[in-house]
Amino acid sequence: MSDFPGDLKFLSSHEWARVESDGTITIGISDHAQDLLGDIVFVELPEVGQSVDAENDAAIVESVKAASDIYSPLSGEVIEVNSLLEDQPEIINSSPYEDGWFFKLTPSDMGELDNLLSPEDYSEVCED
Amino acid sequence: MNKTPLHNAHIQLGAKMVNFSNWEMPISYSSLIEEHNAVRNTAGIFDVSHMSVFDFDGDNQVAFFEKIFANDIKKIYKDNKAIYGALLNEEGGILDDLIIYHANNKFRLVSNCSTREQNRQWFEKHALEFGVKVIERSDMGILAIQGPNALNKILEIKEIDSKVNALQSFGCMLEDDKLYARTGYTGEDGLELIIPTQDINRLWDQALELGCAPIGLGARDTLRLEAGLNLYGNDMTINNHPYESNLGWTIDMSDQNRKFIGKDALLSIDQSKSQKIVGIILQDKGVLRSGYEITHEQGKGMVLSGSYSPTLQSSIGLARVDQGFQENGKVMIRNKVLNIDFVSPRFLRKGKI
Repeated sequence: MSDFPGDLKFLSSHEWARVESDGTITIGISDHAQDLLGDIVFVELPEVGQSVDAENDAAIVESVKAASDIYSPLSGEVIEVNSLLEDQPEIINSSPYEDGWFFKLTPSDMGELDNLLSPEDYSEVCED
Repeated sequence: MNKTPLHNAHIQLGAKMVNFSNWEMPISYSSLIEEHNAVRNTAGIFDVSHMSVFDFDGDNQVAFFEKIFANDIKKIYKDNKAIYGALLNEEGGILDDLIIYHANNKFRLVSNCSTREQNRQWFEKHALEFGVKVIERSDMGILAIQGPNALNKILEIKEIDSKVNALQSFGCMLEDDKLYARTGYTGEDGLELIIPTQDINRLWDQALELGCAPIGLGARDTLRLEAGLNLYGNDMTINNHPYESNLGWTIDMSDQNRKFIGKDALLSIDQSKSQKIVGIILQDKGVLRSGYEITHEQGKGMVLSGSYSPTLQSSIGLARVDQGFQENGKVMIRNKVLNIDFVSPRFLRKGKI
């Protein structure tokens, strides 16, 4: 069974966002997404300083089978990327909500959080 | 959607199922990379019952195959052996690639699943003049057991005749209606069992009990890619001739009197100008995928199949490129120019780098 931590907000396209105590946002993909993708072998991350728009592509993840766009749940400026993923992209499979995060951003509109799905609503998306 | 006799078994094993040419098939059971490595290191079992099986009847089968098959059936028709080759149209375009097995004076043919209807009609059309009867065997299933330990596992299955161990590569034997052949699609030693559907589940269960790992179509694709084996529909289509598809070695014109379909068209092709299928290894980070554009000093090309190679632990692919390539080239991935090496399409030999 997939895991849906309660402190996260989700896009129906399987990305998660977590509001950190300093107001920044950490972004990654869900346990359900990594399970669907299978063994992840490559990640292309955004540049630090780059602006991303909510629900637009910000990164690419490649499993053995296929390449998939990763959308940013929120708009903002990228302040950090998870460089661990460059050499060990398989961490996304083993730890999608912790060590396998993709990037952090300073959000430009916290109101966009309201557009995201709660863990309960997202878990229903995954059952469809 | 079509289902193989093992459909329930796949679901019970927790397989991810996908639509593959209108067949609901397992893409993977757990980790694709672990499945791939199981075949390279020990033994795995595949359900490939979606593939098409045809038997034939009549006195002039050899003449029939001499006409429709670009390889020469005379290489095997006196032995218990299998032969790989292409089915061509009059223009030399590849209709399909397939294996014809000959054992106990009977021919059995296995071709791809997406081309089943096309092939049946093609066989029936050309069988008429030879009085050959085409028998589609939808009552047959296929298991492939592959890997360095595959034969050891198979010899523990009592109902399989231990004579399979003495078969050479591409050797085969027929017992009742069960065909056992030393063929496969992984670059490993192994056996393919083309047997009645009612026998499939029993043999599958025994192989799993003996420690063969169930392998999905995902790992089947990475295994065949490492072995440099073409996938019809991906690496070659009806719009390609054999010389630009790495299948020149399967075109047998040694018997000058043999007229096979597509021969005249092939004779008019200048092979020195044909594109070639070549192996490529990505030297930078990333993953090669079908459709990416390639350039080299004297021409260009395109990636046909691309994936991550669990054995080489880098990205590899098959590409069709203009002649004149040397050791290195470039590939365009999402507007970035990355470096590739051109190599033999056979990335592995007998499962080794």
